[in-house]
Amino acid sequence: MKVALFIPCITEHLLPETGISMVRVLEHLGVEVEYVENQTCCGQPAFNAGYHDEVIPMAEHFIELFADKEYVIAPSGSCVGMVRLHYERLPLSEKAYSKYKHLQSRIFEFTEFLVNVMKVKSIGGSFNHRVTYHQSCHLANELGIVSQPRDLIKNIDNIDFVEMENSSVCCGFGGTFSYKQEDISLSLVAQKANYIEATSAEYCIGADSSCLMNIDGYLKAHNMKARTMHIADLLAQSLGL
Amino acid sequence: MQKLSPLNIKKNVTEALADKNLQKAVLNATASSQDSREHIISEIPYWEELRQKTNNIKSRVINNLDTFLETFETNCKENGIIVHWASDDVSARNIILKIASDNDVKKIVKSKSLTTEEIFLNDALIENGIETLETDLGEYIVQLKEEVPSHLIIPALHLSKEDVGELFTEKLGIEYTSVPEELLQVARKNIRQKFLEADMGISGSNFAIAESGSFVVVENEANAHLTISLPKIHVAVIGIEKIIPDMESLPYFLKLLAPSATGQKSSTYVNFIGGPSRGEYGEGPEKVHVVLVDNGRSKVLQNEQLRETLACIRCGACLNSCPVYQHIGGHAYGWVYMGPIGATLAPQFLGTHEAKYSPYLCTLCGECYKVCPIKINLPEHLLTLRNQIVKDGETAKVESIGMKTFSYVASRPKLYNLLTTIPVVAQSIIPDGKSFSVPGYGNERPLPPFDKLGFKKRFEKEKKNEK
Repeated sequence: MKVALFIPCITEHLLPETGISMVRVLEHLGVEVEYVENQTCCGQPAFNAGYHDEVIPMAEHFIELFADKEYVIAPSGSCVGMVRLHYERLPLSEKAYSKYKHLQSRIFEFTEFLVNVMKVKSIGGSFNHRVTYHQSCHLANELGIVSQPRDLIKNIDNIDFVEMENSSVCCGFGGTFSYKQEDISLSLVAQKANYIEATSAEYCIGADSSCLMNIDGYLKAHNMKARTMHIADLLAQSLGL
Repeated sequence: MQKLSPLNIKKNVTEALADKNLQKAVLNATASSQDSREHIISEIPYWEELRQKTNNIKSRVINNLDTFLETFETNCKENGIIVHWASDDVSARNIILKIASDNDVKKIVKSKSLTTEEIFLNDALIENGIETLETDLGEYIVQLKEEVPSHLIIPALHLSKEDVGELFTEKLGIEYTSVPEELLQVARKNIRQKFLEADMGISGSNFAIAESGSFVVVENEANAHLTISLPKIHVAVIGIEKIIPDMESLPYFLKLLAPSATGQKSSTYVNFIGGPSRGEYGEGPEKVHVVLVDNGRSKVLQNEQLRETLACIRCGACLNSCPVYQHIGGHAYGWVYMGPIGATLAPQFLGTHEAKYSPYLCTLCGECYKVCPIKINLPEHLLTLRNQIVKDGETAKVESIGMKTFSYVASRPKLYNLLTTIPVVAQSIIPDGKSFSVPGYGNERPLPPFDKLGFKKRFEKEKKNEK
């Protein structure tokens, strides 16, 4: 089985270790991993801000690069949601659209790919810490990925998993929302940090680096104990990869 | 009366976030509404089927609204109901003022109606010397405070029982108490007398039934029942989108409305108004008027995709589920309709200039779509409206240029790779482990430092090591 990596901007430039962890976990499971050169951005920031015409060239570039791949995998629910759901609404050229229809059913979020496609229930490994889980909005509400990450976490040996209160409430990042409505965004991330703190977890696990970056920044700046960790990093660490 | 505008959203939000009591009141109220909603719907196994069914019914109505409205008018007339058409808020107010003056009306009681808030009816009535009293408890409180509702269903949601106690002491001269039951008794005593004195009652309507020429008012306090049945004249102010085809459709909507709105299995009272008193028992108003209000709705109809937003039954579930609403409350939206549905309707009713900030009061988390009983895809409509705002040139120049540049660069990989090295270079002159301060993003949650290698180079290294 061969997969092409779709590396979101935040993973490429700010949190690349997460991408590497994903590669190691996939290879550990016997998957051949390919990095597609010349990838840029899926266009989500522009799309969500209302600049739909501006997304078309980015989307067509993305489609061209990934159209013939067997599987495309990204460590982000919101980037996958952008391609799977929102490209559909763009006035793409006929050629791009027919390639897109092929890609649309072959692009997967990392945990979704492990559980739904590879049928992995338990990854093995051990992690002797208390963790909680932040359910990212696009992951759950756009892609319907709710149980997959939780099952993967719970099936790690020695892990102490605690659900936080309101794990599905938005962390307040929301892409451009985080600077357009900075104050509301901060109010939301403060609330999320308090829910995490209340579990006494050492790590808040998530499957979207953008949410985790937002939460982690807040936790650190406010000297709170917990740190965030992407589920790819958790799985890699548990397996000692 | 409190004057609001969605152009003041920025200022409103700052004020709302600074008010910790407000935030606490809103968070508590929305959390408890959500809990009861979830509890009730967990007992309704065919919930999803109901959502689809009502969405289909409403789509059929919206796509043929002219025909349904004509049927409603014809059947109302047959029932002896006088039907008026109001193209905008001014004409709606004038119609109601004329009914009042024709009948020498001095005192009016009202039951809760957002449509009357939308057309600023109370101010107009009071300015014309007509005593006008809100009889829904929440509306009564908000009216005393000279404010507008901050929630579609719970008008005084932003106030605590202590706030209400202080308000009653100040305005009604009672000894201070914050015991809800005691406050309720004070309000009840004041309102009851007014029902008996009023010459005219004004209500809204949840559903206007085309086939039977009648309309429905759903409530819990029986104040709507008294508003409708005691005064000699009744006026119902109804948005033209409130139509449902027939009586058979009604149970589907009722089954969804109460759980979504108040977390009840069913509402306490469902009032059916099928015309004036026919004299057999002597009950009910002598005259019933229906004012059908357009006020921007037919404009919404013109967009085939966005017209779905007219299917809203104003249950307020989207407000309760919205993380942004939970933190800023309803007044911050600067309009009669707030929360996700308000942010969606505002640019359609008021135009993209006046409501250019409204659709951005949203993280696109998607909770509202999940809870909407009529399955209105609010996040998708908000994205469409943001696009309209951009197309109408209502976003900041610097943002527009930025996005165009971003688009140009990100569709040219060589240029993209070159330009994305800039922050990496910049990072190299910042002390280790420190990150950029991004203006507008906040020092309260700094970004992680830019990685010197980036994923691509790390991946290449990883591959070399394997070999």
